Amino acid sequence: MNLEDVKRIAHLSHLSLSEDEAKATLAQLQKVFHLVEQMQAVNTDGIEPLAHPIEQIMAIAQPLREDMVTEHDQRDAYLKNAPAEHDGLFLVPKVIE
Amino acid sequence: MKWEVVIGMETHAQLRTNSKIFSGASIEFGAEPNRQACAVDLALPGVLPVLNKAAVAHAIRFGLAVGAHIAPMSIFARKNYFYPDLPKGYQISQFEIPVVQGGKVHIVLDGVAKTVQLTRAHLEEDAGKSLHEDFRGPHGESSSGIDLNRAGTPLLEIVTEPDMRSAAEAVAYAKALHSLVVWLGVCDGNMQEGSFRCDANVSVRPVGQKEYGTRCEIKNLNSFRFLEEAIQYEVRRQIELIEDGGRVVQETRLYDPDKKETRSMRSKEDANDYRYFPDPDLLPLMISEEWIAKERSEMTELPAQKSERWQSEFGLSAYDCQVLTQERATADFYEDLLKQVGKDQAKAAANLMTGEFASALNKEGISAAQSPLNPSQLAQLIQRIADGTISNKIAKEIFTAMWDEKASDPDAVDRIIEAKGLKQISDSGALEAIIDQVLAANQKSVEEFRAGKEKAFNALIGQIMKATQGKANPQQVNKLLTDKLNQS
Amino acid sequence: MSWHTKTIAELSKSLHSKEVSSQELANYFLARIAESKELNAFVDVNVEQTLLQAKAADAQLADGSATKLTGVPLAHKDIFVTKHWKTTAGSKILNNYISPFDAHVVAELGVGRAGMVCLGKVNMDEFAMGSSNESAYAGPTKNPWDLARVPGGSSGGSAAAIAAGLAPASTGTDTGGSIRQPAAFCGITGIKPTYGRVSRYGMIAYASSLDQAGPMAKTAEDCAIMLNAMAGHDAKDSTSLERAKEDYTKALGKTWSGEPGLPLKGLRVGLPKEYFGDGLNADVRTAVDAAIEQLKKMGAECVSVSLPKTELSIPVYYVLAPAEASSNLSRFDGVRYGHRAAEYGDLTDMYKRSRSEGFGAEVKRRIMIGAYVLSHGYYDAYYLKAQRIRRIIAQDFQNAFDACDIIAGPVAPNVAGKLGEKVSDPTQMYLEDIYTLSPNLAGLPAMSVPCGFGDHGMPVGLQLIGNYFSEAALLQVAHAYQQETNWHQAQSPFAVKGGA
Repeated sequence: MNLEDVKRIAHLSHLSLSEDEAKATLAQLQKVFHLVEQMQAVNTDGIEPLAHPIEQIMAIAQPLREDMVTEHDQRDAYLKNAPAEHDGLFLVPKVIE
Repeated sequence: MKWEVVIGMETHAQLRTNSKIFSGASIEFGAEPNRQACAVDLALPGVLPVLNKAAVAHAIRFGLAVGAHIAPMSIFARKNYFYPDLPKGYQISQFEIPVVQGGKVHIVLDGVAKTVQLTRAHLEEDAGKSLHEDFRGPHGESSSGIDLNRAGTPLLEIVTEPDMRSAAEAVAYAKALHSLVVWLGVCDGNMQEGSFRCDANVSVRPVGQKEYGTRCEIKNLNSFRFLEEAIQYEVRRQIELIEDGGRVVQETRLYDPDKKETRSMRSKEDANDYRYFPDPDLLPLMISEEWIAKERSEMTELPAQKSERWQSEFGLSAYDCQVLTQERATADFYEDLLKQVGKDQAKAAANLMTGEFASALNKEGISAAQSPLNPSQLAQLIQRIADGTISNKIAKEIFTAMWDEKASDPDAVDRIIEAKGLKQISDSGALEAIIDQVLAANQKSVEEFRAGKEKAFNALIGQIMKATQGKANPQQVNKLLTDKLNQS
Repeated sequence: MSWHTKTIAELSKSLHSKEVSSQELANYFLARIAESKELNAFVDVNVEQTLLQAKAADAQLADGSATKLTGVPLAHKDIFVTKHWKTTAGSKILNNYISPFDAHVVAELGVGRAGMVCLGKVNMDEFAMGSSNESAYAGPTKNPWDLARVPGGSSGGSAAAIAAGLAPASTGTDTGGSIRQPAAFCGITGIKPTYGRVSRYGMIAYASSLDQAGPMAKTAEDCAIMLNAMAGHDAKDSTSLERAKEDYTKALGKTWSGEPGLPLKGLRVGLPKEYFGDGLNADVRTAVDAAIEQLKKMGAECVSVSLPKTELSIPVYYVLAPAEASSNLSRFDGVRYGHRAAEYGDLTDMYKRSRSEGFGAEVKRRIMIGAYVLSHGYYDAYYLKAQRIRRIIAQDFQNAFDACDIIAGPVAPNVAGKLGEKVSDPTQMYLEDIYTLSPNLAGLPAMSVPCGFGDHGMPVGLQLIGNYFSEAALLQVAHAYQQETNWHQAQSPFAVKGGA
């Protein structure tokens, strides 16, 4: 991992980092990834990734919801937390397409 | 240099459900901003998604209709990127293992049949909308408004192989797909409301070259005309660019229908690492053989199946069947009509629908679903022909009258017959009197007939029909006239 | 009366016998909370709402519709969304956020269901990322046993509030030890149930495939009573398991064998050798060894087992949890709720400033780790690799459970450290999670039971790990142990001093 990587992932994560912060972050992340590299020593050939822990002991399947409208308009309550709103819309700095 | 155009399509069909794919909010079109965005759609802290069964059922039916493999297990993944109309900061979609795998769509272009191979179709949620009406933010800054009513609307994204070679083929494919999803009832097909949106991946290469050229993706084409124009423009742009020594850059482009050109979408440029991973909030989607069988059994008959059945059961012509199965609404109308008039009148019903009815619809540019007349009204018309009340010719007159007045009463046919006195004359006594009068007034024709001129018989029939204003029962007139001429 | 020393079971009896009213209890604890600002355990109280709930509870106690928990006060970890209290998940980015709905667990425990009375919200590490409560936006909570020390994390506010006698019980969440480690550091009892037992709806997600809510209280019995109300299927959480309701109190007080005699006769306790290696500090080891001796005295038989990938649980966890977190925390963007920077230029600048100002250092670090391991070219080597080792870890537990019924060991290698001691070196802090991470990776239930004191007079916790769905058995063993020992009854200096 290098400084460019740190800047790239900061941008992907929409976090701003000054040059100094990026350098400090790099040092910390390098330590973490030094730890993470231990994983590469493990032979995982033929082992399926385990995404959901319970899958280890029982068959799991996504439960399905009946197609019914159960939620009703609560816009006013939801908009109370909005940093900026106008006529029921959330406002953001102009979106350029 | 000669260029070959290569097009692959990605189509977002909005699924016809009542509620959203992962929440219980309504998906009805046209609500006030954010009134149909619930806590899940707004990605409020703590909310979780639960999958809508109907969305999956639609995907299964689509897969069956295109002869695809329905995955017994498919996985929902998160596609991560920031955009204000994407509340969670990720879109739930299917990535590595989609629910529908493979499949084919058949198209006909200028009488030539072609098959477009599908790569996959996967379930995903729609994003919200950004409105660019230059709102003012808290600091007076120029702002967009975010409406999340559409966020979480179920979509089936249908992806083809790069199989199409012209804008016309792409349009033929889009139309065939549109008609299929509407036929199946999985999508309402309303392109103005965005229920059926096409993205086209377009590239060009010198004829004979094996490798594909660099492609550009044109997004959100919501009419067949825009699709055609956008591809045509993009093809020209790419060819000119290359011929001028330039290079096509892989990017997302937007079509501007006013300027009739495509332009680069800057905003999507840097979002190119989506960091897909399986959504830990959702378990694998399992689809059993039983479920697939159930959907298959409840699925509406496909156009080709219907056409084959009608030909063998009712003796309809291939042409009639093609017209009647072009659209789901037409086929439904026909079947409804058939139910009321019975199998014996299948052919007569088909004739009426492919004749008078089709041209009336055509003239107004509407589909059978929007017809001012309903199947029961047409059924009555057919019944009145069958029971001898009216002739075919009179039937046409009645149809036109009904259509023009947009008759809504169930007994419009009988009402018009009555009002206009169009009832066929089948009373032998009355007919004989008229025939006698005609014979008396046309002695010349009678003599010619007796002299062996067959043509004279038809002239007499014509006179009789004229005298009855076309209301005489033609078969009966024929018989009575023959008898009379032979008697004397 | 010192109500703050009482257990849920005791308070319930007093409420039902009308020795005390729910409103009296609520006022009693609210007063203690008000006098204990120094501890920084509570981040929001709403006296009016608390008393309203207590009044409703009293009405139920009067008309006979009360449950065992009706009128008993509790605190909620600030990760559970609440309508009547702010919910911040310990972060500036949710400063002043009010949820329009209550979390499933909050609703199940509250008025109209179990009838518990909410005293307020308690402090936590920001988005549950931390083991010391020092990443909390509201500042660190202090350990009631020694105010210069951390209470553990991330459910540090929950543990400290109970140990200080500010609440008889609290909800907590555990992603990599966040219930067990603070319970151990503060000398209380807490259980992290099997993944999927308790609905995650309304619990702000850190790492969705690892997060699990559980009760924290003074005793195993109290945890069992609370778990009865918390656990159960919830259609709003797709990962919530559809299993019949269980009574977790049913086996309490029964012998393991079901026959008269020693309470734990027939119980096979597995001791993973990896949990007793070099990293384990001597003081903790002494207390845990003594606890194991006690279990033996009670009839248990100890067997040596192996969990060979214990050390690897650290890198696996610190790949998977940040990966899920990086995505889960993308919704905090200053658009629909939460912190938005005061000044910004374009849209991307608004996002970046709001998020950079709103998230603390540890959260940002984990978001970036997560983005990296999921990014193009690294996904297989990090994320998928970690998921594969995760399966090996889960399988290792199954192998171990062939030889034993429950696994016992330490919760953490050391007792609670001093505030500020480890903040500068995150990886050093990660290593301290070594004994608690793997049950989360495997989805197994595990708990922490007070078992003595180590250096500086700080509490030590015994960790009990069970197989899937064995919460009742874990609680049975812990309860039996608490019948024979009194570590769980020890009062922290703060509890003794505060409100006295």
